[in-house]
Amino acid sequence: MKFKIACLIMLLPSAIIFAQECRYVFKGQVVDFHDKSPLAEASIFINQIGRSAVTDAQGNFEFEEMCPGTYQIQAAHSGCQTLFLEVEISGDTYTEILLEHHRVELEEVRVFGAPLADKTISAIEQSLEEETLEQFSGASLGDALKTISGVSSLNTGANIVKPAIHGLNGSRVLILNDGVRMQDMEWGDEHAPNVDLNAANSVTVIKGASALKYGGDAIGGVILLEQKNLAVKDTLFGKTLLTGLTNGRGGTITSELNKSFHSGLYLKGQASFKRLGDAEAPDYILSNTGISEVGASFQLGRKQLAWGWDVRYAFYNAEIAILRSSHIGNIDDLIRSINSGEPEIIRDFTYDLQNPRQEVTHHLAKAKIYRRFEGLGRLNVQYDFQNNRRFEYDVRRGERDDTPSIDLELQTHTLTTDFKLDANERYELQFGLLGRYQDNFANPATGVRRLIPDYQKYDLGSFITGEYFLSELWTLEAGLRYDFNRIDAQKFYRVSRWEERGYDQDFADIIVEDLGTQYLTNPVFNYHNISVSAGVAYKDEDQNFRFNYALSQRAPNPSELFSDGLHHSAARIELGDLRIDQETSHKFSFSFEKDFDYWGFTIEPYANFIQDFVLLEPTGVEFTLRGAFPVWSFRQTDARLLGVDVSAYVDYTQNWRSDHRFSLVKGNDTDTDIPLINIPAANIVNQISYTQLDWHNFEISLESQYVFRQNETPDDIIVFSPDQQQNVLLEINTAPEAYHLLNLNSSMSFPLGGRTQLTTSLSVNNLLDTSFRDYLNRQRFFADDLGRNIILQLKLNY
Amino acid sequence: MKTFKTILSLVFVGVLFVSCSNDDDSPEPVNEEELITTMTLTLTPQAGGADITLSVQDLDGDGPNPPIFAVAEALDANATYTGSITLLNETENPPENITLEVAEEDEEHQFFYIATGAITAVAYSDQDGNGNPVGLTFELITGAAGDATLQVTLRHEPKKPNDGTLADAGGETDIAQTFNVTVQ
Repeated sequence: MKFKIACLIMLLPSAIIFAQECRYVFKGQVVDFHDKSPLAEASIFINQIGRSAVTDAQGNFEFEEMCPGTYQIQAAHSGCQTLFLEVEISGDTYTEILLEHHRVELEEVRVFGAPLADKTISAIEQSLEEETLEQFSGASLGDALKTISGVSSLNTGANIVKPAIHGLNGSRVLILNDGVRMQDMEWGDEHAPNVDLNAANSVTVIKGASALKYGGDAIGGVILLEQKNLAVKDTLFGKTLLTGLTNGRGGTITSELNKSFHSGLYLKGQASFKRLGDAEAPDYILSNTGISEVGASFQLGRKQLAWGWDVRYAFYNAEIAILRSSHIGNIDDLIRSINSGEPEIIRDFTYDLQNPRQEVTHHLAKAKIYRRFEGLGRLNVQYDFQNNRRFEYDVRRGERDDTPSIDLELQTHTLTTDFKLDANERYELQFGLLGRYQDNFANPATGVRRLIPDYQKYDLGSFITGEYFLSELWTLEAGLRYDFNRIDAQKFYRVSRWEERGYDQDFADIIVEDLGTQYLTNPVFNYHNISVSAGVAYKDEDQNFRFNYALSQRAPNPSELFSDGLHHSAARIELGDLRIDQETSHKFSFSFEKDFDYWGFTIEPYANFIQDFVLLEPTGVEFTLRGAFPVWSFRQTDARLLGVDVSAYVDYTQNWRSDHRFSLVKGNDTDTDIPLINIPAANIVNQISYTQLDWHNFEISLESQYVFRQNETPDDIIVFSPDQQQNVLLEINTAPEAYHLLNLNSSMSFPLGGRTQLTTSLSVNNLLDTSFRDYLNRQRFFADDLGRNIILQLKLNY
Repeated sequence: MKTFKTILSLVFVGVLFVSCSNDDDSPEPVNEEELITTMTLTLTPQAGGADITLSVQDLDGDGPNPPIFAVAEALDANATYTGSITLLNETENPPENITLEVAEEDEEHQFFYIATGAITAVAYSDQDGNGNPVGLTFELITGAAGDATLQVTLRHEPKKPNDGTLADAGGETDIAQTFNVTVQ
């Protein structure tokens, strides 16, 4: 006997050293974490002794003849995350095992490649998965999003791409970067989102303001950039992506490494670098259009059933050169550019980034914790800090090229908390609170009057949303949100401007100091915004439809209120108005999706009625010593946007497939019955693809993209040309001609042993090297868009 | 319970952050360095006599007020004038002389004089380091009595040399003004 024990000591883990009589009973019950309902057919496995049991209908299991000791237990149930726990047995033991058995939580159970979980029940939404994002590794977020129907972009050249959803952009589109609402001066037309596309693992677009938990002012929609949910197990994996582009003669490198542990601890690091020189139109070099972009992020967290935390830091820096010819002096320069049809300055190719250029840096830090309460729900608390710095360099006189003309620093602190009640199978409730403080500092050392003043902004928000599962097929959704915004600015006004705007009548009391030719003023405005969303969804195996109504209110942004001055790069004087109030949108959207055996389609009509819509459009001319400048003023009106997005696919054989997409949106100023400015033209995309998995996952596709001419634009304006000494028509609103582009894509992948895999892809954008200009590219007055671009990509997964 | 304490302290830290970073300092006004508010052409009759000045002033820069012209006297018919140009930023005290800045960067600047009516010719009388005209000084010739216009344009980073026309020169316009003059 003694000998036997000695053997045991040597062979068995120390936990069961003092094995005595093995007569204890280990019993337990496996229940759902949320509502405590018993889980039948869960398997319980004890590693050390290799014994297993399966729960009965009441979720009960039992092991007899257990020796005393500490055991590693593995509890598994289909659709649940496998749970590892330790149980100490020193007598008859009873344990309750809680398994996560709910739809949305711990999404790592999802099979790779499966559709992403929906963010809303009834709103129109669409996601891009990692594979699609990788194709755009060398481009930008806006470019990737354009593959979603109903999403377009407002560009300033090829590198500044501002996404637009259902025709709306800027402050009407919220971007959430891993749960943090980006505060990156999105009010400017030439301000692209300060995010590194390579840092996101998936992107979802919600086309409307229905997702109230993210904000109530998303009149256009919401873009969610999300991180991969790492599995709770010991694993280490990563990928490196190398992209080379002929147009711009440069490329991108990006790498990502993920490590997670059995304990729920995980970390992730990612970095990317992009460098491109001057881009090329079919007929000439687009001088000064290079870019240098660096992105990096680091994430650390721990995920457990009952609680977890997550800390993430992301850095983004981009230096973007802006087409030299687009920097102009006055209205005659603009007329000259429009008439000549070719950029005035065409130099040899260079990688140099010269003036005009912009440099933006964004730091984002976030800390989040969650705690789950058994049979109740989950509490999240998150704090995030963002620092956004923007320099814009102009072509300046007198050795001032290295002094920025615009130097803004925007700092934002946000604290959010929400609680999700999801214990009941029939309904789910979520409510939350938000507090935000923002400070904008406009550096006076620029030697140029501030376009955007110093200000402080305070936001408070609260929301409640609910989902009710009527039956297997029908779901209802409703939500309510209230936001309070306060903006407290310190702004200098020229006395002449102050009087011209009539502020001496309406705002005399906000003058703080009279400096002779200018006033220092302290405008303080409060806004109360209510948002409501309600919808219904039906889903069965072959079809689903969604209907949603969203009421949303958006307070004006600093640009709409305070803009005041000459925007050199656009050769226009932009004027905000202190009287601008919030806008209110009523959006109705409907989507219907049906799948047949070999084909399917989706149709999504929508109508958006916006009261007091804020828009910026040319209104007249002002004269200065530099000549005449068109004045662009913000004004409010009632607007109507009607649109429809249609998409369809056909699977002809296992190998052949075609995809089709059509988008149309019409925007109208209903007060004056003139079309809205900057509404995307109708477009149709058709793609045919061939896939042969046997040939190293060979895929090839040819895409045809036809963009119609935008025929509905506001009228051009008549301006006085000092050069010509007469009134001339300035074709500032005339849209360019329709165009057609062909794009080719192909890829293959090769296993390199183990988990390592190499994927190569070759794409050609604008295959036929077609010259074109796009209505929504602000540089359309000056130069053609990009010519042919051959993109070679190597991806290594390991 | 411990978690709640953590949450509570986090909320507290957040609130602290918010309440501490508020500063009420007044911003400084911006010193507009590149602004040109005033352009003055001084014409000295080569035959002798008093100088004639043509000036244009826009003190509010890109503000709403248009430039104000001051052309006091009429030019003499069939006369030759030696001209010079002065640029000032009068929002500064004392006014900053921008002419010097242009003179320093003369290879990147050029004035263009386009005359109609009774002014028959304007010729450059200065050169930059590369032998191209700048236009800080010039010679102006009048013809028979009548009305005339004189368009003065300053271009930054024009093509140099150019054929003397604005279209060929390109660049950005720093000044573009037209004087209405009487020749008698």
